[in-house]
Amino acid sequence: MNQVVSQLPICVVIGASHAGVNLAFSLRKEGWQGKIKLFDADPVLPYHRPPLSKAYLTSEDGIDKNLLKSAESYEKEDIQLALGTKVSSIDRENKMITLDDGSQQAYDKLVYAAGARPIIPPITGIETAKHLYPLRTAADVTHIRQALNASETKRVVIIGGGYIGLETAASLKKLGAKVTVLEREPRILARVTAPEMSNFFAKLHAEQGVDVYTHKNVVEIETQAGLNQVKCSDGTQYTADIIIVGVGIRVNSELAASAGIKLDNGILVDEMACTNDKDIYAIGDCTYHFNPHYDRYIRLESVQNAVDQAKVAAAAICGKAPVYNTLPWFWSDQYGIKLQMVGLSTGYTHIVMREEAGDDTKFSVWYFKDETLLAVDAINNAKAYVIGTKFIKGGDKVCQTKLADSTVEFKPANLLID
Amino acid sequence: MAKITFITTDNESVTLEADSGSVMELAVQNNIKGIDGDCGGVCSCATCHVHVAPEHVEKAGEASEIEKDMLELDDNADEFSRLCCQLDVTDQLDGIILRVAV
Repeated sequence: MNQVVSQLPICVVIGASHAGVNLAFSLRKEGWQGKIKLFDADPVLPYHRPPLSKAYLTSEDGIDKNLLKSAESYEKEDIQLALGTKVSSIDRENKMITLDDGSQQAYDKLVYAAGARPIIPPITGIETAKHLYPLRTAADVTHIRQALNASETKRVVIIGGGYIGLETAASLKKLGAKVTVLEREPRILARVTAPEMSNFFAKLHAEQGVDVYTHKNVVEIETQAGLNQVKCSDGTQYTADIIIVGVGIRVNSELAASAGIKLDNGILVDEMACTNDKDIYAIGDCTYHFNPHYDRYIRLESVQNAVDQAKVAAAAICGKAPVYNTLPWFWSDQYGIKLQMVGLSTGYTHIVMREEAGDDTKFSVWYFKDETLLAVDAINNAKAYVIGTKFIKGGDKVCQTKLADSTVEFKPANLLID
Repeated sequence: MAKITFITTDNESVTLEADSGSVMELAVQNNIKGIDGDCGGVCSCATCHVHVAPEHVEKAGEASEIEKDMLELDDNADEFSRLCCQLDVTDQLDGIILRVAV
């Protein structure tokens, strides 16, 4: 008797961080019966990235305390992990990927979740600098911790005053380092927040004893006898035992590009996270995708986007017709100050400050484009974050006068235009 | 050592034992459906929402202000709601029953 042996389909995932791992588990939730195999160059079991510059850096924990999922979870859901493995090419015609050891893996569906890598700017002498690290992987944190422990003077220079740089500054200060932050722009967090927020964080770091300098364009690093001199274009220089580079990321798009997958400031995907190849999806930091809330294409570096796109792609792969339609949100923790952000402030015309009586470490910045609320940054103020989220989602008309008045009780019903 | 019981939205009951970490970590490491913990446990995402069994409210204690505010993101929140990343596993929790929120 002939038996029909049906071959189970396989979903191959390039990248096993927040996006790739959530995709895999979401596929199972959606009922995917086929195989799932994730490839990542990082040899470590997938872990949470946001804590790397925050609580994880200051703890003595191993990465096992910071995992996205336990080893048993992957076994239980029959999700295969090929870690420490680099993918070298994608063959769309034969639906096959090739690994750098020459072996091949066929796919029915491919998910590109390759993320991004830190930019190492072309500064003279940067290749020969001693103890210079980016901060994106567990290995980076291990190197930074080791270098800090081995240094007596613990002078750290951080190039870049964005969230990664500032969170790392706060964490290393807590570990006893003498920290200097060098920012090229006229203010820190210039790309992502209003001047009021930049001022707040500049003051916060100053109070904690971290030196934050703006208008500092690093042009050269001179290293002699294991000691770095970080030199700026204005002639100033800073001595560093350790240098951290936090000047942004570059999308890992090369593999996709050489396979003819369409790019536009990242991997271009539709509302179901599908690329121009119907069997290839892309999710997470590497994607350029449409956000209906803001009616434009965006690229986001966030856990929220990674997780939400993963869910959408999983549903689409399982034959559903989901639409990516989520509001971006982010968070940052520095010295016990909790910053929560919702929405995208790009294009704002003005801000409204909402202060809370009797507490100058609790406030929120509301970004408006004329009458429309675009985004909220909330400092130690989850209530503002929650109310802002509801207003933006609902497209509610907010009374800006009442919002700014801290004597008006902070409740959604009190803040709308009558 | 504390025994903690999760009742999922499919009415599946899972009892786990632990002696440290947060309840959210315990749930995620054991793949409890409906507990995502996307933010890694810093009370920023409200994806680890549980309802404490009414008779066990004292074991869990009261939510902090930030946690209460974050719970308002969820229309299903009630007086028994907690974000379980904010529940540390201690002996005090032994025997607690948590229903995973929809």
